[in-house]
Amino acid sequence: MDLSFSAEELSFRDEVRTFIAANVPADTRRKVLEGLEVSRDDTLRWQQILHRQGWGGPNWPKEFGGTGWDPVRQYIFEEESAAAGTPRLLPFGLKMVGPVIMRFGNAAQQRHFLPRILSGEHWWAQGYSEPGAGSDLASLKTRAERKGDHYVVNGQKTWISLAQHANWIFCLVRTDSAVKKQAGISFLLIDMKSPGVTVRPITLLDGSQEVNEVWFADVEVPVENLVGDENGGWTYAKFLLGHERTNIAGVGASKRELARLKRIASEERKDGKPLLADPGFAARVAQVEVELMALEITNLRVLEAEADRRAPGPEASLLKIRGTEIQQALSELMMHAAGPRALPLRPGALATTYLNLRKASIYGGSNEIQKNIIAQTILGL
Amino acid sequence: MRFTPTPEQQQLGNMVQRFLGEQYGFEARRKILDSREGWSREIWSKLAELGLLSLAVPEEQGGMAPAVVETLLTATATGKAMLLEPWISSAIIATVLIRELGSAQQRQEMLPAMAAGERIAVPAHFEPGARHDLQQIATAARRSGGAWTVKGQKSVVLHAPAADLLLVSARTSGAPDEPNGVSLFAVARDGPGVSLSPYRTLDGMCAADVELTGAPGTLIGAEGAAFASLLAAFDQGLAARCAEAVGALQAILDATVEYTKTRQQFGVPISRFQALQHRMADMLIHVEQARSMSYLAAMRAAGPHGRERRRALAAAKVVVGDACRFVGQQAVQLHGGMGVTDEIAVSHLFRRLTALEIALGDTAHHLEQFVAASAEAEGT
Repeated sequence: MDLSFSAEELSFRDEVRTFIAANVPADTRRKVLEGLEVSRDDTLRWQQILHRQGWGGPNWPKEFGGTGWDPVRQYIFEEESAAAGTPRLLPFGLKMVGPVIMRFGNAAQQRHFLPRILSGEHWWAQGYSEPGAGSDLASLKTRAERKGDHYVVNGQKTWISLAQHANWIFCLVRTDSAVKKQAGISFLLIDMKSPGVTVRPITLLDGSQEVNEVWFADVEVPVENLVGDENGGWTYAKFLLGHERTNIAGVGASKRELARLKRIASEERKDGKPLLADPGFAARVAQVEVELMALEITNLRVLEAEADRRAPGPEASLLKIRGTEIQQALSELMMHAAGPRALPLRPGALATTYLNLRKASIYGGSNEIQKNIIAQTILGL
Repeated sequence: MRFTPTPEQQQLGNMVQRFLGEQYGFEARRKILDSREGWSREIWSKLAELGLLSLAVPEEQGGMAPAVVETLLTATATGKAMLLEPWISSAIIATVLIRELGSAQQRQEMLPAMAAGERIAVPAHFEPGARHDLQQIATAARRSGGAWTVKGQKSVVLHAPAADLLLVSARTSGAPDEPNGVSLFAVARDGPGVSLSPYRTLDGMCAADVELTGAPGTLIGAEGAAFASLLAAFDQGLAARCAEAVGALQAILDATVEYTKTRQQFGVPISRFQALQHRMADMLIHVEQARSMSYLAAMRAAGPHGRERRRALAAAKVVVGDACRFVGQQAVQLHGGMGVTDEIAVSHLFRRLTALEIALGDTAHHLEQFVAASAEAEGT
């Protein structure tokens, strides 16, 4: 047993650290570290910088233009990126639809779509949730009817992250209503510029416009944009949900936020001393810090299982639950540390982070759904 | 980075599990628990035969040290079995103390006998009113002529009634809360000047308060310089306790899952109720987080003395301690009335987990230790 990285992994870490330090644009970095909104251009510019370095697909195999890094190297890359304050790479293409196309798409789809994810030409959105299908995703109603060489899509998707920037959306659609609900779902790739697609941003509690409603009114989608088999979409959706494991816990970002919390708690004063020196407050910070240490090791254990190609397990649910709880706890402690300074709602304010992060325990399968998964899959209840 | 044990390590782990599974089932253990001594010399000899008492013994005395992963796996297995014998007290903490502090002659005299199960030594360190503070030592030793005598009180000395030797920390100079001036003495448990008030702890372990009234002691190591080795030995003990806790945590979770699947109410197994499912999911998360920290504790405890070791061990005990409390309490709750009887394993595991949360520093203590070590590391 050995909890440290190997010499090769450490030199890889240094290489990544050096590259990021030299190449991440200073204005973008400042936005990330100060909790300001990162623009579409900031995100794309960083994707293109990485692409030129050959690192555009950190989690992709070499045959599809990725880095071919093993899970540990992917993890190191994500840790270093988070610590240095790079923009988050968009998961919708790289971690969601990309791996689905690699696994279930045909050669033409792979040739067409995968390079455009790496170059940033396609900005993908994830069209899963609907007003009536959240945790119970399989009850989705958006229909796709086959008419000749097209599907005609009608319906509404909601909570679509950053769809206002996207030019493509992958959707789960109903292609058969007569069968069990999971058995009549297909996985379609839809050009957002198609006639009949409407996007309406939703203003969130922190004032941001991060998610959208997307309507489809008689949208024609060529049948070659069907991934895999008609009515096989639920299988692909489940594959996708279990796929993104290396960074689901967000350990690197939480370490960065922990450092920010300590900075704030050192500046604010209580009884003439830094708040961080107050035993009560220090204990609350320490409680989160030790849990983050444990999460980091749990995450590494999951990575080892992945590197050994043991079947993807439901541990991802554990990482998601604890990861988001820790993110939320840190943002809450920052609010407490700042005291009345936490009240102003303006860009980069602590309040925006706290308010925004309420979503973390809801998205990607709410934490309650994750507990159902643990209960059923790990505990066999 | 590697978490999976080597095949040889795993083999040893499996062997310990098999042995305890066959010879230390609930009823067999209960017989030992109900016996006058509260531990079994027969089991102790078998642990020696299996080589489990020599994991911390250096090679030159015929042992396997450092056997970090083997110790971790063994401790986890003993936790599941709720071992009553003084394995951690004697085979880990006392062995490390003698190994680190003893002269070549003392090591040769004591360690092979301990590894063979012929001699049991336990640390007698903590004192009344000092709670978890390792540094508070008022017990004093005096030399007259060439001989040392020890005077003072040690409280809750685990397995003292089972021991041949007590390894007593005592002050040979300095104030009661100073690290310098602490020495270690081997004192015969049934020798003159030693009186024991024996009892069982809440989890059934034999223990005693020890009063030393001029008991003859043999100095182990250099005079006044034992404190760093005491820290090292207790850190290795702490790591073993964390692994032991993980074994008990997994056992109590398994028992709870099994119970809720068989217990029927309202015409269905109660495992079908989401309120209980989510509780058990929370229990599992605690167990896995504790398991992760038991690995960290094992790795760091064997490492050099310093803030990093202090920080890691303290963090581990906080996470493990929280798990002991939450998982233990919820397991009893989910067993309903059966959970509060003495008749099934769950209440025994709960008591062991409750004791483990307190052992070698409780959660609040280690959270403070973590804060102090972190502040030093960050220079604030």
